[in-house]
Amino acid sequence: MSGPDTMPDFRPDPATMTAEALAAAFRDGTTTASANVAATLARIARVDGAVNAFTDVLAERAGARAAALDAARVRGEPCGPLAGVPFAVKNLFDIAGLPTRAGSKINRDRAQAARDGALVRRMEAAGAILVGGLNMGEYAYDFTGENVHDGPTRNPHDLGHMSGGSSGGSGGAIGAGLVPIALGSDTNGSIRVPSAFCGCFGLKPTYGRLTRAGSFPFVGSLDHLGPMARSVTDLALSYDAMQGPDPDDPVATTRVAEAVVPGLAEGLGGLRVAVAGGYFARGGDAEAFVAVAKVAQALGATRSVEIPEAARARAAAYLITAAEGAALHLDRLRTRVHDFDPAVRDRLIAGAMIPAPLVERAQRFRRWYRSAVLDLFREVDVILAPAAPCRAPRSGQATFVLDGVTLPVRANVGVFTQPISFIGLPVVAVPVRLDDGLPLGVQVVAAPWREDLALRVAYQLERDGIVRAPVANL
Amino acid sequence: MSEPNDSPRGGLDAYIDAAAGLLAIPLDPAWIGAIGSNLAVLRAAAAHVAEFPLPDEAEAAPVYEA
Repeated sequence: MSGPDTMPDFRPDPATMTAEALAAAFRDGTTTASANVAATLARIARVDGAVNAFTDVLAERAGARAAALDAARVRGEPCGPLAGVPFAVKNLFDIAGLPTRAGSKINRDRAQAARDGALVRRMEAAGAILVGGLNMGEYAYDFTGENVHDGPTRNPHDLGHMSGGSSGGSGGAIGAGLVPIALGSDTNGSIRVPSAFCGCFGLKPTYGRLTRAGSFPFVGSLDHLGPMARSVTDLALSYDAMQGPDPDDPVATTRVAEAVVPGLAEGLGGLRVAVAGGYFARGGDAEAFVAVAKVAQALGATRSVEIPEAARARAAAYLITAAEGAALHLDRLRTRVHDFDPAVRDRLIAGAMIPAPLVERAQRFRRWYRSAVLDLFREVDVILAPAAPCRAPRSGQATFVLDGVTLPVRANVGVFTQPISFIGLPVVAVPVRLDDGLPLGVQVVAAPWREDLALRVAYQLERDGIVRAPVANL
Repeated sequence: MSEPNDSPRGGLDAYIDAAAGLLAIPLDPAWIGAIGSNLAVLRAAAAHVAEFPLPDEAEAAPVYEA
């Protein structure tokens, strides 16, 4: 087996290589973890000034970790399915030695995290190498990717446009080819929206599937964590590495890990695929629905289903988000109100003032809605819906026109994602290119705990060339 | 959250002022307009949810499972 010192001329290109390919190259000795990290850091140094995806670059830590992996490989030790693969995390994940800022100014005064968040530890146990923390909207209350403290993450495919949020740094880093895998969080669409805007794949698993321990929360009732990547296989590899129970997260499932990689290429095999009609077929730009139609046609899906009371579900998610988010931050609103992003501050203060019975009503409705939507999955296996109502708006754009109605961007980008995450359904967001312009996103939605089906469909679409996530030309 | 009155935000300004006192949130009067706009959106959302008939027995899930 070749050692790291025998590969001085190899220059892996993280801009084009998937995690799968990087890990294979590490295994067969074509590359080293140290070379991967060096190439990644060089690209971040060259490109990220324009994109602004990273808030923390962990050069020393990543270099040490890579050297240890290289040495382990020379010794012939098993290094894990993601060995030698650089990755980065939204800066609400705990990173040992850093305060978990969660996009805020206030949290920079917190104590340094004593250890990495659970998913960071699981990724590194699989051999991946953490290279940094990623920009995000303050306290994840955001759909734009803008941040008043750290500056906006710019869309790598057009720097004058939004990355989407709140996992904007994660989307920007993937789209810009800075890392092959980034972790994000999704409360109302914060993985799926930046995936759509930045043209990458994103997995929001079933609520409770991936532990949230060691991450800064936003809305406990709705918070999910998940991966973003430029290939479905990379989503699956990282997802499998992160599954499993965790008593440190009160809502984490006790189900054993259900690996998806082995069945990824099984094909459609009689899966019943339908397009979400009604609410999900209006209220967006026409091209958002063209993207869904393109995916549906490729899958041979001619059936339409109506997700009942989706508008009311979105309203209920909106209420619960505002109220729970405000409850989380109430002490900070009392003591450090001037240190918030003003837009977040005003939303949180309003959320604190919602009378409790209205929030309780929304939680009761949630249970009804869950039951009604689960009935649909008796008849279909997968439902398709837009991930966002439009392509990425321009940076700083306050309003947009959807279906002839002028609406605020911040409050309405998640119009198609909120009713899905409200009841924790697993979703793969897939990137669709209709032309040379900015990408669009489609949600591939499955029943609870059936991430495997959504990933199988996404894999088939990728293999058939219907969806793809090219690196931005930067 | 009370019945709208004749103010631009349907009586919310007075409510915001009172609620900020109750919650001990220091309030700059300059923020009231934006808070009121947000609260008006939340009020509309709450009304939309409340219009849906739910039986008294429909409890929120004590431990939510997808």
